[in-house]
Amino acid sequence: MLRLRLDKPWQPLSAEVVARLPGQLGVYQIADAKGAVLYIGQAGARSPFGLRSELQREASERGTGCQFRVEVNQQYRSRWFELLMVHKADHGSLPPDNEKNPPPNLGRFSPS
Amino acid sequence: MDFEPSEEQQMLIDQVRRFVREEIRPLEDKLDPDASELEPADHARLVEKTKAMGLFGIDIPKEYGGPDIDIVTRVLLAIEMAQHRAGLYVPCYGTFGGAGLAQIFEANDDQKERYLYPTLRGEKKAFFGLTEPSGGSDPARAIQTRAERKDNGWVLNGAKIFISNADRAQYGIVFARTDSSKGRAGITCFIIDSDTPGFHVRRVVHTLRSSHYATELEFKDCWVSDHQVLGEVNKGFAVANDRLTRQRIPYAAGCIGVAIAAHEMAIEWAKMRSTFGEKLSHRQAVQWMLVDNEIDIRTAKHFTLEAAEKARRGLPFRIEASIAKLTASEGGGRVVDRAMQIHGGMGMTKDLPLERWYREMRIRRVGEGPSEVQRMVIAREILGSNLR
Repeated sequence: MLRLRLDKPWQPLSAEVVARLPGQLGVYQIADAKGAVLYIGQAGARSPFGLRSELQREASERGTGCQFRVEVNQQYRSRWFELLMVHKADHGSLPPDNEKNPPPNLGRFSPS
Repeated sequence: MDFEPSEEQQMLIDQVRRFVREEIRPLEDKLDPDASELEPADHARLVEKTKAMGLFGIDIPKEYGGPDIDIVTRVLLAIEMAQHRAGLYVPCYGTFGGAGLAQIFEANDDQKERYLYPTLRGEKKAFFGLTEPSGGSDPARAIQTRAERKDNGWVLNGAKIFISNADRAQYGIVFARTDSSKGRAGITCFIIDSDTPGFHVRRVVHTLRSSHYATELEFKDCWVSDHQVLGEVNKGFAVANDRLTRQRIPYAAGCIGVAIAAHEMAIEWAKMRSTFGEKLSHRQAVQWMLVDNEIDIRTAKHFTLEAAEKARRGLPFRIEASIAKLTASEGGGRVVDRAMQIHGGMGMTKDLPLERWYREMRIRRVGEGPSEVQRMVIAREILGSNLR
């Protein structure tokens, strides 16, 4: 069974690090320097180089001081919804940058 | 039986076909290839259009405010509604309304006020909770979720799996064992509000279908009053069985719609693409694939319309519904597979909808009763009930 929560170690969000990412589809999280999740994103099939493209964009828009972690996943869509719902269940709200533009009809979870 | 559409049916078919081609497909060009939702503003705008077309709530009976369209016509329209990228599981992104398996017409007056009417108005969403980790094909024996009497109500304990929409719904209909000694005669159907203490959506079950995903549920000392029993105690299996049989016809129609769309793409590509100095359409190997597609589609369409016609006439249609579901899901899978083969490398990419249809169509041979169960149903019918 897949792990419900993304718990890989954080990496610095920098152009050099994200340039080494695979061009595959998947999901990712962006956090501040202390590890508080700011955003949960997905690299879908419209991304030219999947996770690499999305994280390169994030790195260029956010500048220094952030961290990230990724999960390669062909089921990026359902995994993205799942991570959002788990975060909301754990913290009572979506990550701040998802809260600005929440997905329509996001469901509710009570993960064990 | 003559299945040639009447003039009125053809007008409705053309109307829905235009809607899919002019409204739905252009929006999909901007969405993620696995998306199952439109932007809320687009959804609301298109719902207004389907209402203006007089086709909103298409599967709702006339006495509940539906547009009074017979099941044969609904099948013809369902075939059209499925002909886009998300069409197999989310035909037209739900802009035609309807409540599918969660329509609780057998509810009492109080339950209709609380659940059915709000659902038909689009104010509430519901889920259908039947399948369990112990199995889904044989619900009469596989259901282990228990409901036990307590304080003028019932306490549910157990789990459900592969349940769509449970995380987004306000309520669901849930089947639980109320008498362990009686097999299928010991199952009761309950209406469970999603905010009932003890009801939990535990996780997404990730499958080939990345959107419109399924979930796993847990019931942990989940108490509901007697008012939440749908129908009669220990008669829930009939509720499930009736729904599953009826659902097989629109389920088949969706497969046919996607198969037609894939087949049309394959024909167009074969006429356009040249290899080794000749069009693909001039090659017998490709021609035969297209011929086999045509036969699979016509076969499935014939059997599905036959099932719908029997249902429309009020005749028994259990065997016909199984044949329809079987031929459409298996034939549809073959059609999409051949269309991918004809497209070559492009057929494997997410640039085209074939890749999504291929994954989702594979699920159709298992969902709503696998092919083997459909064959079992047909065998029982033709060989007699002593096989049971």
